[in-house]
Amino acid sequence: MEVSIKINGVEQSYDVEPRMLLVQYIREAAGLTGTNIGCDTSSCGACTVHLDGESVKSCTVLAAQVNGMEVTTIEGLADNDGTLHPVQRAFHECHALQCGYCTPGMVMASVSMIEENPSMTEDDVREGLEGNLCRCTGYHNIVKAVLQASEVSL
Amino acid sequence: MIPANFDYIQAGSVDEAIQALGEHGDEAKLVAGGHSLIPLMKFRLATPAYLVDINRLDDLKYVRDDGEYLAVGALTRHCDVEKNDLIVSNAGVLAQATHNVGDPQVRHRGTIGGAVAHGDPASDIPSALLALKATVVVRGPEGEREIGIEDFFTGFLETDLHDDEMLTEVRIPKVPDAKWSFQKFNRRAQDWAIVGASIVCGDGHAGVGLVNMHSVPFRSEAVESALLNGANAEEAGDLAAEGTEAPSDLNASKDYREHLARVLVRRGLQEAGR
Ligand SMILES: Cc1cc2nc3c(=O)[nH]c(=O)nc-3n(C[C@H](O)[C@H](O)[C@H](O)COP(=O)(O)OP(=O)(O)OC[C@H]3O[C@@H](n4cnc5c(N)ncnc54)[C@H](O)[C@@H]3O)c2cc1C
Ligand code: FES
Ligand code: FES
Repeated sequence: MEVSIKINGVEQSYDVEPRMLLVQYIREAAGLTGTNIGCDTSSCGACTVHLDGESVKSCTVLAAQVNGMEVTTIEGLADNDGTLHPVQRAFHECHALQCGYCTPGMVMASVSMIEENPSMTEDDVREGLEGNLCRCTGYHNIVKAVLQASEVSL
Repeated sequence: MIPANFDYIQAGSVDEAIQALGEHGDEAKLVAGGHSLIPLMKFRLATPAYLVDINRLDDLKYVRDDGEYLAVGALTRHCDVEKNDLIVSNAGVLAQATHNVGDPQVRHRGTIGGAVAHGDPASDIPSALLALKATVVVRGPEGEREIGIEDFFTGFLETDLHDDEMLTEVRIPKVPDAKWSFQKFNRRAQDWAIVGASIVCGDGHAGVGLVNMHSVPFRSEAVESALLNGANAEEAGDLAAEGTEAPSDLNASKDYREHLARVLVRRGLQEAGR
């Protein structure tokens, strides 16, 4: 079936099987490999993207369900001139990544969370990121980065 | 992991969805948020030949005050239930149970209708609806029926829904001056409950729903009738394992679950002022 999705502002359309997952559409059809697949069972959050502005796990959404909607991936966050999004900059400044595998999902989940609640406490951030696993950092610097970014108004 | 192939049907209305279900019988499945069904399809534990997508039925996304009760459309997502003012002020236990589902990404997709229709004894939301003595409205080719939530769950992942019916609304009676508590015991953030309990106490109303204590979402009649007869938190909590058939699995044995049920119900009742 023909599935059209606007990804990072660019309209895309591909003939895909109905069973194709959104994450495969993004990585394989659209060729945007910034979105990672970790667990493939909706636990780790590595595949988090925005669907009409809200964070979702793209391994648990069918591309067909998103036909005609808008998706933003990690590639769509920075400005065209390369200026980082405040959350990306805060991750950089706070050293909130090591191997970087979880990072696209962490950043996308954080942006959505800050938009929903710009005045979060440390506890809110820790709870809000419960769907994103990081095997490297121990989370401290990620939490710091999200708090720093939420202070810089978005 | 990729689901087995299927034909995708996008329903433009409730009638279209019911018609597609009627045409394809038990070969068809509705998909709402997909956060229970798609994982099952990826594991090939569910292999529907037709998938009927009801996500675009925007007229089933609402929370309304209908006087005696709140009406919640089946497609209302968890993130919209947990923060809704009417639900927070009239059915706090449902807001809290919904807030405890998964993580923000899951709550951006999952729907109240899906959580009920899935009939999962491990799900948090049915326990709150049992404690509130909610009803569900289902629609089929012959029209609508309203079913008490307790009668809706008929077996493990089985409900009273016929193959050609869909759930359209959840109705939550208002319990004046209700005091409530939601208790969930798990070991890791984001996990499902090992055991959970929803409690609602009001004038002449005692509602207790348990998570993961039976093959269906379980209403504790033993605790409820003790409460109506004036039992305190400790006395009523002691009865929480009565009538249950808790599973044993990697997370907990049956005995341990029974112990947790007694502790959680006691704590919940204390929090609800008993
Ligand atoms: C990582 C993860 C963690 C989770 N954690 C929890 C948790 O802690 N607690 C918890 O309670 N839940 C949890 N869930 C489940 C979540 O709440 C699901 O969203 C919910 O159980 C199902 O809702 P859905 O809209 O996604 O339904 P779907 O997956 O779309 O559907 C589920 C079933 O219901 C049927 N159905 C759906 N809508 C209707 C309708 N309107 N009428 C008739 N049939 C219908 C479908 O055919 C299917 O059989 C978790 C899910 C994930 C992926
Ligand atoms: S890959 Fe989607 S949540 Fe892990
Ligand atoms: S930085 Fe390696 S998994 Fe998070």
